[in-house]
Amino acid sequence: MAEENKVKLHGMWASPYVKRVEIALKIKGIPYELVEEDLVNKSQLLLQYNPVHKKVPVLIHNGKSICESLVILEYIDETWKNGPPLLPQDPYKRAKVRFWTSFVEKELLENVLLVVRSEGEAQEKAIKVVFEKLNLLEEGLKDLFQGETHHIDGENMGILDIFLCSLFGAHKAQEEVLGVKFIDPEKFPLLSSWLTASTEVAVVKALQPSHEKLVMVYQFLRQKALQPSAAEVEVKEGVYVSSLSRSSAF
Amino acid sequence: MAEEEVKLFGTWGSPFSRRIEVALKLKGVQYEYIEEDLTNKSPALLNYNPVNKQIPVLVHNGKPVAESFVIMEYIDETWKHNPILPADPYERAMARFWAKYIDEKFWPAAKKTVVAKGEEQKGAIDEIQQQMKNLEGELKEKKFFGGESLGFLDIAANIIIWLVVAQEALGMDQILNEEKLPVLHGWLHRLLDDAVFKECVPPKERHLDFFKVKFGSSIASK
Repeated sequence: MAEENKVKLHGMWASPYVKRVEIALKIKGIPYELVEEDLVNKSQLLLQYNPVHKKVPVLIHNGKSICESLVILEYIDETWKNGPPLLPQDPYKRAKVRFWTSFVEKELLENVLLVVRSEGEAQEKAIKVVFEKLNLLEEGLKDLFQGETHHIDGENMGILDIFLCSLFGAHKAQEEVLGVKFIDPEKFPLLSSWLTASTEVAVVKALQPSHEKLVMVYQFLRQKALQPSAAEVEVKEGVYVSSLSRSSAF
Repeated sequence: MAEEEVKLFGTWGSPFSRRIEVALKLKGVQYEYIEEDLTNKSPALLNYNPVNKQIPVLVHNGKPVAESFVIMEYIDETWKHNPILPADPYERAMARFWAKYIDEKFWPAAKKTVVAKGEEQKGAIDEIQQQMKNLEGELKEKKFFGGESLGFLDIAANIIIWLVVAQEALGMDQILNEEKLPVLHGWLHRLLDDAVFKECVPPKERHLDFFKVKFGSSIASK
């Protein structure tokens, strides 16, 4: 058997984008070295491997770098064919999964971030949009699951499951910081039960930061956005992020 | 072999729906084209894409697929001859990465170069120039991003033509000029010369008129 080339992942513990890649690597059983980046003081390697966006996650495999979490996930699925597939086989089912994954990324994530970063009337508006999008997703799930119970375990988590729990795995922390309950089982029964099942998967559970840490992350993102002074933020960011990193390991 | 029914809902002026036309034509897939009036969307469109109610939508044997890159991947996986994406996973990742870059970074900045004024416009122009240099880095010596023939990224990059036409319509200096961006400039001309691709761009005069009407009043003074 040919020896697998070393896999490295440049990441940051609080990033949901990095989390997606870690879940995928673990589901496939791919050993990797995690390089923790200080996003205030990015490593030369990171800037070299992702000169265009200068962001995490970056996957290094066979000496080549791949960036953007969705692109990385598709790369992982196409390169390591031995582990459980991250996408279904059928082209039409694949198209549906890709469509909803794009929806979670562009329509849901963007608007949740808007809620985090705004207040007053702007925030009210953003919250309304998130609920509209969640409604659409709930409807979409009826079509996607087609009456079958979508059974999730370590064997059949796919890119949509991964994207969803990377965003709403932190829903309790989001609720605490924002005072809004997005994942309401009465409003969104399919979504709630799907999310619960996803976050119970051993691999996902092991990678999830503690509730306290997630609350700090969301509080930090909110403060940073609503903070008037940029200079103050930069200093605070360095101290805050480092202190978050140094606090108890998870 | 069972009869295939392929329909494409699109608009003549949308780069996103034109992408699908290129993909289908490269594969030699017969399809019915339905021109949508976006101010008065058809019940069929709203039925096939209730989520974002947008074109393009591909309907294959009654089953709808939406979002241009999702549709392009579907087309490539369903009709396997004349592949649009390369075989190698790393090359595929590069095509997807740069296609995403074009829609998420290039397109918003491109729009700004046309509608913004003063410093904001200048900033957008500088940004676009850098982005196109980045794209040149991916193209290198190749005839097309896809190699000898058109591929996923060439199709995705069709949107560059929309910027070129808009700038021409508004009498602006071309950002994509031979002096500053020789590699991409050469690529663009090869693209517009390609037998399949050239059928899938809006008619020039109509496109110019469209931009003059849409952005004419917001031409920044020189």
